[in-house]
Amino acid sequence: MKDGRAPSPSFPSEGGGSLSRGLDEVSPPPTKTGEAGKAVGIETIGMTMRFGNFTALDDVSIRVKPGSFHALLGENGAGKSTLVKCIMGFYHATSGNLLIDGFDGDVKDPKDAHAKGLGMVYQHFTLVPALTAAENLVISRADVPAVIDWAAEMKALTAFMDAMPFRVPLGEPVHRLAAGEKQKLEILKQLYLGRRFLILDEPTSVLTPDEADEVLGHVAALCKAGELSVLMISHKFREVTAFADEVTVLRRGKHVGGGKVAELSHQDMAAMMMGDAKPADPAPRAETTGETVLALTGARAADRSGLKQIAIETLQVRAGEIVGIAGISGNGQMELMEILTGQRALAAGGVTVHGVPYAATRAEERRLKVRYLPEEPLQNACAPRMSVAENIGFRSFETGRAKPRFWLAPGAMRRRAEALVADYKVKCASIDSPIASLSGGNVQRAVLSRELDGDVDLLVISNPCFGLDFTAVAEIRSRIMRARNSGTAVLLLSEDLDEILELADRVLVMADGSLVYECTAAEADIPTIGHHMGGHA
Amino acid sequence: MSGDIGLWAVPVAMLGGAIRVSTPFLFVSLGEVITERSGRINLGLEGTLVFGAMAGYAVAYHTNSAWAGVLAAALAGSAFGLVHGLLCSLPKVNDIAIGIALMLLGTGLAFFFGKPYIQPVAPDLPAINLGWWSDLPQVQAALRVNVLFLLGAALAVALAWMLRKTRIGLTLRVVGDSSDAARALGISPARVRIQATAFGGALAGIGGAYLSLFYPGSWNEGISSGQGLIAVALVIFARWSPVNCFFAAMLFGAAGALGPALQSVGVTQGYYLSYAAPFVLTLIVLILSSSKTGALTGAPRELSITK
Repeated sequence: MKDGRAPSPSFPSEGGGSLSRGLDEVSPPPTKTGEAGKAVGIETIGMTMRFGNFTALDDVSIRVKPGSFHALLGENGAGKSTLVKCIMGFYHATSGNLLIDGFDGDVKDPKDAHAKGLGMVYQHFTLVPALTAAENLVISRADVPAVIDWAAEMKALTAFMDAMPFRVPLGEPVHRLAAGEKQKLEILKQLYLGRRFLILDEPTSVLTPDEADEVLGHVAALCKAGELSVLMISHKFREVTAFADEVTVLRRGKHVGGGKVAELSHQDMAAMMMGDAKPADPAPRAETTGETVLALTGARAADRSGLKQIAIETLQVRAGEIVGIAGISGNGQMELMEILTGQRALAAGGVTVHGVPYAATRAEERRLKVRYLPEEPLQNACAPRMSVAENIGFRSFETGRAKPRFWLAPGAMRRRAEALVADYKVKCASIDSPIASLSGGNVQRAVLSRELDGDVDLLVISNPCFGLDFTAVAEIRSRIMRARNSGTAVLLLSEDLDEILELADRVLVMADGSLVYECTAAEADIPTIGHHMGGHA
Repeated sequence: MSGDIGLWAVPVAMLGGAIRVSTPFLFVSLGEVITERSGRINLGLEGTLVFGAMAGYAVAYHTNSAWAGVLAAALAGSAFGLVHGLLCSLPKVNDIAIGIALMLLGTGLAFFFGKPYIQPVAPDLPAINLGWWSDLPQVQAALRVNVLFLLGAALAVALAWMLRKTRIGLTLRVVGDSSDAARALGISPARVRIQATAFGGALAGIGGAYLSLFYPGSWNEGISSGQGLIAVALVIFARWSPVNCFFAAMLFGAAGALGPALQSVGVTQGYYLSYAAPFVLTLIVLILSSSKTGALTGAPRELSITK
């Protein structure tokens, strides 16, 4: 939920109208689990939502028929989340109506929406990590008994699971489940609670292509069987085409198009989403050959849990080449990044840059011209409350003279920041405003401007475009490509396979802490890579 | 039997000491487990313990009933817990800082109100002789077990059961592990945390009453030697499990009894050092349970120290 503009309560919190919430509101009993053919359909009629002067949603009418799989497309800030928040009762629409199965929905708050059979699966998991799958399911119910008879509950849960097309181990703590299993559990939870209309908010953003296809395939089958209707927010055209029946496209709060998925091409949908805005053209790939810049040999380190090992036999990145490391989140990419940034000690093996042993000290980074763009740069590469200018100055504030500076040179820092902000089109109220006040794409641009400033021999990047919209994504990718073309060695760790395939010259797959597959971009084949990502090879 | 059992006196005395000394550790750490499982740390339990000792002693003296004293200590303790819980629910308030403030406030108030009760003698809590089968006076002394110790042991098991099998336990774990998930389930994290902190305070108060009403068994300003603080460290050592708390409390109790036990057999060298055993043990435990890379396993994810 990165709409940014809406002065909203943080999403899972149940904002608005909670005072009147009471037991009496649960009057229409939720449809019971296991009953077939009970999919709930919804319709919005002229839904409009204003926050002060800002119209987040402008007269949007959509119809999700019972048992249909409806996709909702739009760039960040297009009003997708505002629309679903209005449906779920987080917001009360300024005007317009919601019909549930043809009758006036009159959803007062999220609890009321749940009682009426409407459910939502959020982009981030709302499961409790330390609890088991069974405990998560039981505690999510409205009528948890004071003392829980686990034997009886397990029996009921097993029976419920047996009736479902996919299953999740009930006794495992959720933090030990893979992302795909967590996502399945989120969907199972909604079905367990008797919800028959589901909003899925980018449900596959943390899944492998195989996992995504499996989960969405099951969901689509449930829709076909008339058990469920789905409204899915997505960025991935491939999934929309493969699984959805109908699509609605929003742009700047307005309904700008839609229809049967079978009648629309990817180009049609992209054109509707972007309107007149043109994304930066992908930078051309220049022919480059260079010598090895980064080399990892026999690297061993403990992973986050301390239970498994990261083991990388050999990894080399040459100048003027982008090496992409694909993999599902949690397979050691984060640890690899930490090894390269010096945050994680190696138990064996070593890292060299230009043949020199490298331990990622500030002096070495400067001498060997190594730069980083970690994932979630606001947390991992910025001091969120310091200003944009100061954050941009982090690499350079003590340089510019023979000896490191003692006193800062605020004038020079400001001029440098102003130049970089203009060059990278960072949108900010002022370079003195805290960097935390910028949107995700602009934080990314600001950090990239800092990291790519000057000569860069090695750039290590992790998930650079996570959660950004089309235009920002295109621009950041073209910056990376330009760096490559000018002879920088780039190591790109990304969970987005499309991004790797677009940028990388060589593709490596990381699974279970090791690099398990390598191919050139030309040989890259999505199913093969997907299998290796899942560790099934 | 002459009653002279030589060096055997040391382990026997340590066992007895473990049972006697561990009770305040046990109560405070059980209270802290519940508080921390909800995602808050209450460092003020040392102050709560001392105030509970004073309040329990004073009420026991006036009513001539030790159990009334225990009840008063529990009420006073829950009041302190409630204050901590409420203050920490305000935006941008840090639970550690509030805990330290309440620790100082608790001891200060206890000293202020406790001045008149240093001289008078209040009734003691009853003890059960579990050593009747032995002729040895040392064994008999060691197994003179206070009722509160048995209650504490039972409570440890009961709390472990509660965390696994009841709605309240599950709710507590949800809140301690993820505020967002709790809110999505319609649970108010602040409310659960306030209740958990108040409950933890009540248990710490009872721990204090044990100090003044059984062992050492009188009220004075030096009654606690940091048990309240050690108990917080003990919770980490016990990995947030009530049953582990029982064993950890026994271990710390035994360490606390080392000094007197050695003295009783005539070892007086390094007298002060052996008295420092619990504190040394605290340091060792914290160093051993620390990890340079991974997060603490079993730690509630909402805890401010583990974030």
